[in-house]
Amino acid sequence: MKKLVSTAFASFALLCLSTAALAAQPIKIGALFAVTGPASFLGEPERNTAQMVVDEINKAGGVKGRKLELITYDTGGDATKAVQLANKLVKNDQVVAIIGPSTTGDSMAIIPVVEKAQIPLISCAAGSKITEPVKKWVFKTAQNDGLAVAKIYEQLKKEKKTRVAILTVSDGFGSSGREQLKAQAAHYGIQILSDDTYGPKDTDMTAQLAKIRGSQAQALICWGTNPGPAVIARNAKQLGLSIPVYMSHGVSSKKFIELAGDAAEGIRLPSGKVLVADLLPKNDKQRASLLAFIKDYQNHFKAEGDHFGGHAWDAVMLLKGAIERGGDTPAGIRNALEATRNFPGIGGVFSYSAKDHAGLTKDAFTLVEVRKKDWVLVK
Amino acid sequence: MKSDRIKFLVFALVVLLMPLPLSGGYLTNVLIFVGINSVLALGLNLLLGYAGQISLGQAAFFGLGAYGSGVLTTAYGLNPWLAMIAVAVCVALFAFAIGFPVLRLKGHYLAMATLGVGVIVNIAFNETVDLTGGPSGLSGIPNLSIGSLTFDSDLKNYYLVWVFALGMILLSLNLVNSRFGRGLRAIHDSEVAARVMGVNARLMKVQVFTLSAFMSAIMGSLYCHVMTFISPNSFGFHFSVELLTMIVIGGLGSVYGSILGALLLTMLPEMLRTFQDYDIIVYGLLLITMTIYLPGGLVEGIPALFRRLVPAKKVTEGSDA
Amino acid sequence: MELLNQVTQFVISGLATGSIYALIGLSFAIIFNSTGIINFAQGEFVMLGGVLTIFSLNVLHLPLLAAILVAVAVTTVIGLVFERLAIRPLKNATPLMLIIITIGASILIRGLVMLLWGKDTQALPAFSGTDPISVAGATLLPQHLWIFGVTVLVIIGCRLFFNHTISGKAMRACSFNRRAANLVGISVGRMVLFSFVISAAVGALAGVIIAPLTMTAYDVGVMLGLKGFCAAIMGGMGSGLGTVLGGLILGTLESLGAGLISSGYKDAIAFFILLLILFIRPQGLFKKGETERV
Repeated sequence: MKKLVSTAFASFALLCLSTAALAAQPIKIGALFAVTGPASFLGEPERNTAQMVVDEINKAGGVKGRKLELITYDTGGDATKAVQLANKLVKNDQVVAIIGPSTTGDSMAIIPVVEKAQIPLISCAAGSKITEPVKKWVFKTAQNDGLAVAKIYEQLKKEKKTRVAILTVSDGFGSSGREQLKAQAAHYGIQILSDDTYGPKDTDMTAQLAKIRGSQAQALICWGTNPGPAVIARNAKQLGLSIPVYMSHGVSSKKFIELAGDAAEGIRLPSGKVLVADLLPKNDKQRASLLAFIKDYQNHFKAEGDHFGGHAWDAVMLLKGAIERGGDTPAGIRNALEATRNFPGIGGVFSYSAKDHAGLTKDAFTLVEVRKKDWVLVK
Repeated sequence: MKSDRIKFLVFALVVLLMPLPLSGGYLTNVLIFVGINSVLALGLNLLLGYAGQISLGQAAFFGLGAYGSGVLTTAYGLNPWLAMIAVAVCVALFAFAIGFPVLRLKGHYLAMATLGVGVIVNIAFNETVDLTGGPSGLSGIPNLSIGSLTFDSDLKNYYLVWVFALGMILLSLNLVNSRFGRGLRAIHDSEVAARVMGVNARLMKVQVFTLSAFMSAIMGSLYCHVMTFISPNSFGFHFSVELLTMIVIGGLGSVYGSILGALLLTMLPEMLRTFQDYDIIVYGLLLITMTIYLPGGLVEGIPALFRRLVPAKKVTEGSDA
Repeated sequence: MELLNQVTQFVISGLATGSIYALIGLSFAIIFNSTGIINFAQGEFVMLGGVLTIFSLNVLHLPLLAAILVAVAVTTVIGLVFERLAIRPLKNATPLMLIIITIGASILIRGLVMLLWGKDTQALPAFSGTDPISVAGATLLPQHLWIFGVTVLVIIGCRLFFNHTISGKAMRACSFNRRAANLVGISVGRMVLFSFVISAAVGALAGVIIAPLTMTAYDVGVMLGLKGFCAAIMGGMGSGLGTVLGGLILGTLESLGAGLISSGYKDAIAFFILLLILFIRPQGLFKKGETERV
């Protein structure tokens, strides 16, 4: 027994030593994405995009003549694993900055690690509490949920609709949206008549919708990521729910229209501009970035680049800019990041400051509607 | 008995010296979680390996410990050590109360009932948003501290967790060799026979269930102070199953088997990283082949393999691939 | 009146979801009944049914019926291979080891499907349109009728097979007493294989007919498998009406709980009642108590 235990431990010790190899030449950037697990719809395009952008940068000569090296790990959407891997990036790989994680939970979990190690983190998750209150080393690229909520409420106010029903998914994404929906309602004079949730793997939401149909709500706002909202769209059609349905930016991809089919017609949602890049006016600041990203993604992966991939695109590009201006030390990168102004990315035009590490305004979103299986801008 | 004590001392020495070669690297961090998982697996092993009672809801007690400590120390500013004890006692009482009806069930009905308890508790974490922060988690949990010593680095947390773990391992070793432990094994072999022999089977099953819940809750408290952030999906059905896997792979009815299983399954994702996207397939294959070819778990399998290989001096890869 | 309408809708929706659980529960019970194994990879058979149909439809461009047949056939073969490679080699396996092996298999199958077909959710077109049907003020989809119909057919099929054919009777004999069955000349190994084959086929069929409603992806099996397991337990692990009622009750409880009490707690409510049932009737709702053999 003792032999067994000691050999086991000794082999782990060896494993550890061997991975601590030295190679200082390229600038090392860490990346944590939920490539597998329930949040893989975020993590996979993010990982693909990050690797793609880093390859492009290196092909074009790197940053100030030095190549970037991206070290990517999969968190599987598990907070414990995220913390272990963040430690690995910091202690073993000795990266100068980390991009990701994909989910708010993973991001919150690793914040203490990066704060302590003093390594800048650019999170790709949406939860507003990642950067509120501001943490010295933590930035984010995904648009805050609050901005999406504001976009929807503005439209409702314009149409003089004051009573809504909300239906949110019971995971990190949904509960963050639900919090924002409730917090901002009063500000827009909106009353939430019914507040329901559904499970991420639920396959039938007619019970919740039948209840909402029986209420006096003038609109339904649903907060979730595929496939739940598609089920809701279909169930709403089945029940003949006549009020307008608003979804979140969590389903702003063609996949949603494909899954919901005819039931998607008329559904509105706030989306990053990447969905409607070709419809944007010529003078839009983001236009060039958007078209470049879409073209690149199409070439590499034969698929439509979505705004989740965009979060990673923004993170890598912001980092590239910061390294160019601030050097390759964590502190230099952090200071340069905080000084970033008017950077046109995929998620919006970023302007960080000492008081704002999220960097976006609600102009980052546009309201779109599904018509004839495609997106149109809502005027 | 004496060899047992030496075995434990050697093990404790290895554990305590382990961080030296690692020099604060990232493996120290992983080994903290190995310590936590070891005790969780051990608790389940006492229940399943010794008393023969399955539980698919073990993560619930772990989660209750973590959330109990997390909420009490953040929202109510309670002393973390006091919170840990209070929470562990409450969780133990809870387990004791539900233990009577739940452990009356047998086989897959018991599995279902414990699974149900696990699911309900997990939903409660998700839904009591005001208290637990809901699915997006609870952050800002303080580190533990004694006087001016704050457990804020991997190395300090490593010793914190492993001191607790060693204590519980020692407790379990003594327990399984006691009258109580023999009673549990009697229940495992035949509950009716045990009763006939004067073992109060019903009470003892509940007692060991309570003990495993208590151990899990303490580890939950430690987990939340080490992580300083917790979210409900760390305490779901998935984790209960992982614990079960740990003890079956490590060795049912063996204290050290639980630790080996926890070590292997906690380190496995790390070792499989070379397979990249194929790691999930390798993981599934390993589970199947190890169960088929090492039915007694690692704790029996490795020495057996060793004995087979050493005299023959011929390595047959096929037998453990 | 409005409330009554709502409750009707809750019940109808619950029954529709419940019949999905029932069908999966039946496929659990088939294996359990002849082998005593709880197959944690059962949900994966359901997932394979859906995923393979979509693959045959979209990539191989087969007509729907052919695609369904291909999906069910391939899943059946996978069930057969699984039994041969992972269950048969075990000698003197404890139920616990079998649980771990089936968990391993479910991880493996999920991983393979993920690598082969990606992580995206896919939708299968409904068999006969999506125009809702009105029933007593509530609405149903044509696909629900397919599910009801197939569930009834599967129950009848099981009944006939287990009560009126030699193989069926032999399989039941194995579940009662393996050794005795062996002694009267039944090949226990073959019956175990049979049960995996049938169960995989039923699971795949369930996966196919629910895919238009629930959509499918590599990871849908876990949740569906869990619910099916609950249904089977409630029904006392029988391969007949008990399991079906178990599924229907579970579905209705969830739906009523979501509609009337709290949508967030609906699964908790369903599980809580399940626990109560187990405490009052430890042998399942629809099974007579057995005395334990010592």
